[in-house]
Amino acid sequence: MTGAEELRSRTRELLAAHPPAETGRLDFLRARFDAGLAWVHYPEGLGGLGAPRALQAVVDAELEAAGAPDNDPRRIGIGLGMAAPTILKYGTEEQKRRFLRPLWTGEEVWCQLFSEPGAGSDLAALATRAVRDGDTWVVNGQKVWTSSAHLARWAILIARTDPDVPKHQGITYFLCDMTDPGVEVRPLRQITGEAEFNEVFLTGVAIPDSRRLGEVGDGWRVAQTTLNNERVAIGGMRLPREGGMIGPVSRTWRERPDLRTHDLHQRLLKLWVESEVARLTAERLRQQLAAGQPGPEGAGMKLAFARLNQEISGLEVELRGEEGLLYDDWTMRRPELVDFTGRDAGYRYLRSKGNSIEGGTSEVLLNIVAERVLGLPAEPRTDKDVAWKDLAR
Amino acid sequence: MSTQPDLLHSEEEEALRAAVRDLLTDHCDAAGVIARTESDAPHDLALWKLLADGMGLAGLLVPEAQGGQGATHREAAVVLEELGRAVAPVPYLTSAVVATEALLASGDEELLGRLASGRTIGALAVGLHTAPGAPLRTVRAADGTLHGELTGIADAAAADVLLVPADDGGLYAVAADAVTVTPQTSLDLTRPLATVTLDGAPGRRVGDAEQAVRRALRAAAGLLAAEQLGVAEKSLTDTVRYLKERKQFNRPVGGFQALKHRLAQLWLEVVNLRAAARAAADALATGEDTDVLVAVAQAYAAPVAVHAAEEALQLHAGIGMTWEHPVHLYLKRAKADSIAYGTAGAHRTTLAGLVDLQAP
Repeated sequence: MTGAEELRSRTRELLAAHPPAETGRLDFLRARFDAGLAWVHYPEGLGGLGAPRALQAVVDAELEAAGAPDNDPRRIGIGLGMAAPTILKYGTEEQKRRFLRPLWTGEEVWCQLFSEPGAGSDLAALATRAVRDGDTWVVNGQKVWTSSAHLARWAILIARTDPDVPKHQGITYFLCDMTDPGVEVRPLRQITGEAEFNEVFLTGVAIPDSRRLGEVGDGWRVAQTTLNNERVAIGGMRLPREGGMIGPVSRTWRERPDLRTHDLHQRLLKLWVESEVARLTAERLRQQLAAGQPGPEGAGMKLAFARLNQEISGLEVELRGEEGLLYDDWTMRRPELVDFTGRDAGYRYLRSKGNSIEGGTSEVLLNIVAERVLGLPAEPRTDKDVAWKDLAR
Repeated sequence: MSTQPDLLHSEEEEALRAAVRDLLTDHCDAAGVIARTESDAPHDLALWKLLADGMGLAGLLVPEAQGGQGATHREAAVVLEELGRAVAPVPYLTSAVVATEALLASGDEELLGRLASGRTIGALAVGLHTAPGAPLRTVRAADGTLHGELTGIADAAAADVLLVPADDGGLYAVAADAVTVTPQTSLDLTRPLATVTLDGAPGRRVGDAEQAVRRALRAAAGLLAAEQLGVAEKSLTDTVRYLKERKQFNRPVGGFQALKHRLAQLWLEVVNLRAAARAAADALATGEDTDVLVAVAQAYAAPVAVHAAEEALQLHAGIGMTWEHPVHLYLKRAKADSIAYGTAGAHRTTLAGLVDLQAP
């Protein structure tokens, strides 16, 4: 086991051998990966040292103090948070060596080809087909809500390889080269006017069998690793008071006495209280995790923040009165990063509508809480033992 | 605000919870509580003796030098969570928290020690509905005797000593047998109210009323959130259990999505309330950020406890409307608690000043 002291000294060695001020950004990141200091809980040779995950903070603090560049994790969130843990768990040695290093350094951006127009909450019903042709899989279908597809070199892809078995059993997981012929990326403009996401059309895309991840037909199980990692990020956050969506509207209230009404005041105070309580709940969850007592409370945090973001931003549009009738900019843009609390109130109102849809709708999350936390009976499953090709669609 | 409140329960606090819960399981079942509400003795003084004398819980907030346990609001909150779960008809909040805090502010060590032992029950003669900082109703003080009438005094019927605010600014200790205590027909029969009539009752001035009452009511409001958490948690747990058992249309009714979503939503509110109540208890213990966190907890807790009890009733349906079933105990306690020590709205108004979100 690698302890904090050893990590600290390894970090100092890295900094001595590659002084950030004199080293190119990419060279430094590659050297950091090769020193096992990229993600210390990963195995040796794959950017880590097999150390406890919690010790990453030791390395990060040393590097930050030395002014070292980081890998801009927000830009490559899908690669770091979803593709990497899945490749680590199910990839061949060759796949791990080929993909993890440029993924972590950000040289190769990843996107996720999961959702389809006909497979949203019921993701396992997906219809994109992969048909085997010797050592190659030929893929045809349409994916949607793909962030970063226009920037990505690689994608994690799930496709149907056997339509004759029940839906969860006929799926296989692939690593798809986004530069291959037959991959077409189109921006998907959303209600805010901009296009954070894309539609991806796959027409006769040839994927070598060497880029299959996991066994044929085991793609649903492989995808669980991806999806479970999607929601890990929230627990570690430490939010200050008024740190979320309630911040901008509270500042507007203080700066603009001319906008105040009694009705808005009561509603604002109620939402302020709920925001503070949600913040305390997130903080309590963080303290539980730090004390090694993970609880099911995390399942509720996304539900709470989705509703609060929507109600607060809606209130703010109303508070602004005459100005609330305006919108900052409808220009179609393709932002690389999304800031839920950025731009003006109208944007925040419209963007937050997605908070109760993306990453699991609030309705599905309520089912999950009811079944997994409260132990209530599961929804009746009429699709479990039916071949995918015979499902209603 | 640089530090964060400690929002977890320590091992010792969990042990305290287990001990109180065991005691209540053995000595405070719902059928007994319902039967007692219509008896001549609405308070369970035998249970009080076990809690106060046996376990020493009446003195949690009192320093050891003054005969107490030298614990904090965090431990008192754990006790109140459990008493809330059982809707226990004991004067814990009123005597061991409210009256005790008033005496801690005024510094009457002799009386404080008696309350800490649990052998004397105290009640602050301020209406249960009064928010911290609200104007006080007082009685007239003349030549060391008190004259007047105060209504809505919780647990006065069980009290040995009343702490009475008078028009000269003083807080007076008055023996219960020197006043007339007339029970009022109360919404919550497990925390009954009474009118206290003073007709020349002799009082001993123990301190300044304004400051003592303000401190007492702030602690009451903060720790009431713990009781409300207990009420809400028990309502949710019992409802979930019932809906797994109850079958209609050839299936457990808890399998219907309309009901699952309501229960999941309620669970989320209870999880939030746990953090809010814990934050208030910790803030009362440390003195950091206390006014804001107490107001936040009380503004949040009351609607959640009421919602939990109302959902419990609706989802139990017919059986939940009966006198025999305990759901109504929780509904009545939750609704009364939503007025006790200031409504959610009163606490939001307080908050508006504290966090600079001023009214128009």
